[in-house]
Amino acid sequence: MALLEVDNLSVTFTRRGQRPVHAVEGVSFSVDAGEVVGLVGESGCGKSVTSLAIMGLLPKQRGLRIGGKAVFDGTDLLQLDDRSRRDIRGREIAMIFQDPLSSLNPVVPIGRQVTEVLARHRGMKGEKARREAASLLERVGIPDPTRRLKEYPHQLSGGMRQRALIAMAVACQPRVLIADEPTTALDVTIQAQILELLKEMVRESDTALVMITHDLGVVAGLCDTINVLYAGRVVETAYRRPLFANPRHPYTVGLLGSIPRLDAGRGERLTPIPGSVRDLLPWADGCAFAPRCERQIDACLGEPPALVPGAGGHAYRCVNPAPTPGSVPAPRAAAADTDAVPSPDPVGTEVPSSVPAETDAAPGPGPVGADGKEGPA
Amino acid sequence: MTGNDNLVEVRDLKVHFPITRGVVFDRVVGHVKAVDGVDLAIPRGKTYGLVGESGCGKSTLGRAILRLTEPTSGEVFFDGAEVTGMRARPLRALRRRMQMIFQDPMSSLDPRQNVESILTEGLQTHGIGTSRDDRRRIIGETLDAVGLPRWALSRYPHEFSGGQRQRIGIARAVVLGPELIVADEPVSALDVSIQAQVVNLLDELQESLGLTYLVIAHDLAVVRHISDIVGVMYLGALVEEAPSDRLYREPLHPYTRALMSAVPVPDPEIEDRRERILLAGDLPSPANPPSGCRFHTRCPWAQPTRCADERPALRPIGESRVACHWAEQIAAGELRPHQVDPKLTRPDGEGLNPAVVSAPSEPGSFV
Repeated sequence: MALLEVDNLSVTFTRRGQRPVHAVEGVSFSVDAGEVVGLVGESGCGKSVTSLAIMGLLPKQRGLRIGGKAVFDGTDLLQLDDRSRRDIRGREIAMIFQDPLSSLNPVVPIGRQVTEVLARHRGMKGEKARREAASLLERVGIPDPTRRLKEYPHQLSGGMRQRALIAMAVACQPRVLIADEPTTALDVTIQAQILELLKEMVRESDTALVMITHDLGVVAGLCDTINVLYAGRVVETAYRRPLFANPRHPYTVGLLGSIPRLDAGRGERLTPIPGSVRDLLPWADGCAFAPRCERQIDACLGEPPALVPGAGGHAYRCVNPAPTPGSVPAPRAAAADTDAVPSPDPVGTEVPSSVPAETDAAPGPGPVGADGKEGPA
Repeated sequence: MTGNDNLVEVRDLKVHFPITRGVVFDRVVGHVKAVDGVDLAIPRGKTYGLVGESGCGKSTLGRAILRLTEPTSGEVFFDGAEVTGMRARPLRALRRRMQMIFQDPMSSLDPRQNVESILTEGLQTHGIGTSRDDRRRIIGETLDAVGLPRWALSRYPHEFSGGQRQRIGIARAVVLGPELIVADEPVSALDVSIQAQVVNLLDELQESLGLTYLVIAHDLAVVRHISDIVGVMYLGALVEEAPSDRLYREPLHPYTRALMSAVPVPDPEIEDRRERILLAGDLPSPANPPSGCRFHTRCPWAQPTRCADERPALRPIGESRVACHWAEQIAAGELRPHQVDPKLTRPDGEGLNPAVVSAPSEPGSFV
């Protein structure tokens, strides 16, 4: 049994006189210690609602219905009362939010906000808590932490605020960390710093990380397993290598085709997905993606497609999936390692690159060139 | 610089915003040097991409070129005519030929104007079209060009999705038949699948109407995709300018390298192998920029001499222009990046001394 297991989670908002909104419908995934699971999707696909439902942070209002299970270490988080949930939240499961400026309290110094967590869950007070807070800030890479403790959120830069938020989240060494678009508001160079920091956390303290993002690039470098969401359902699940090498669901294929890549040439047309996220079918009437799908056939309509399990944990919710050699990223000779669970690449292996035409290696300033002019391997 | 094939020329442009303090008398206590000495030229019919992180002055530069923000000093030429210092009336006439697309279509479109009125306003101001019917025809053609249905005319911005709203913004710019379009973050507010539609639309419009673009964006992949020439800005100045293929294959300025290594690539094979140059810290304040080379405080290749006290000028190396004292030495691998301050991280298990491999062995073998 995995550390956090989300099973058939559904969230519905109903309002009198309006059709109910099924924000999340039957989402299942699981995370284990030291593992990174990605939830990817565009705005409105239900990825944030999923995380808020797990954390019990959805506003309690009439018409909100949460179904399914989210089992953490044997207890179903969705069945807990507020008091015991508060004991878990922040200590065992912590969350990093997207916009650090609106999730930090602007009128309370950073130090107080960090020590608050320490006081609630670890019973620390006074000087001891302050010292611990300073060391936390230092750990996430904030220079001069003792001075920063007295400062207010507006005095910090965006990257620094995000780091402070991460410091608060990891204050009690949580076993599960849910990061909801942690780098979306940041510049790329700062994003790289934050992603590196998260990777370090997972590696060093064996934290389970649920990474929620819209950026397939971020996911490619970070996650072990990836769930692609569309209109509240998981449409494809796979380890990251098979997902990028061999996407089966037309939506995943479309997403990969619409991303301009650093390593593609100028003037290459992108292949966008027609229509917009609004053009969707309710799942009850068939595949929600069908109105935008190029591979739509009659069988797509009528009833929601079932999740088709494939080899190596690869599953997709489609009756007419894209053919096996991924049509958008060029077919890759490395298909042999698709069954391998993603692991760090052995040093020096020349991986056949998926990059079309002229450039044939990473666009980043890496020394590893396909031209073989590599350092001592 | 005769300006024959350059639609836009910018010479030593500066935009400084005063910082004032005091209640009754505003004392000027300093300046934010948002743009501090930029030279660039945009060839007719081409796309110039401007990238940089937030706060580097790229939007201010774009606005200053259109004189939406008044430049402090320097010159801007549009098709041979000097825009800086032009009087209001001729400037307004010139504005028909240079239009802007804004980042957030929801806040740049008037929620109380329907699409027809949004598009007619510009036509009326500039006296294009003889009659109401004539204007209708022009608007109809524009709607077709940007891929909006005709029934859109009577609708209001909130009735459209994000991608369609951006199309309205583009239609508003295109309807006047401009030559230059300054697009400030045209796709960053949109979803991935919609971004591609808008990027393709911009490409198509350029082909069919022969437009010249200045595209301002923070997303290198988008800029790379859409531009012929890319300029990289850091703290108010260009640090590198090159044809887009060359810039991506062989970045010369340390900042360009760091920026490019930070862009995530949606491909695990590449992500696992590539090396990242992690810059330490944040962008310094543009009110008090570092002396000498603006980037020397974060530069992994900074040298004890020159970098801290001599501001590098943009100088040509091959087809590129670079503002770095040591560009050739870095490209040749003679200079090694520091190991300590800015963190260099490498793929797991590679375990090599970063100083040994981080610089390419010879120019051109960079990627």
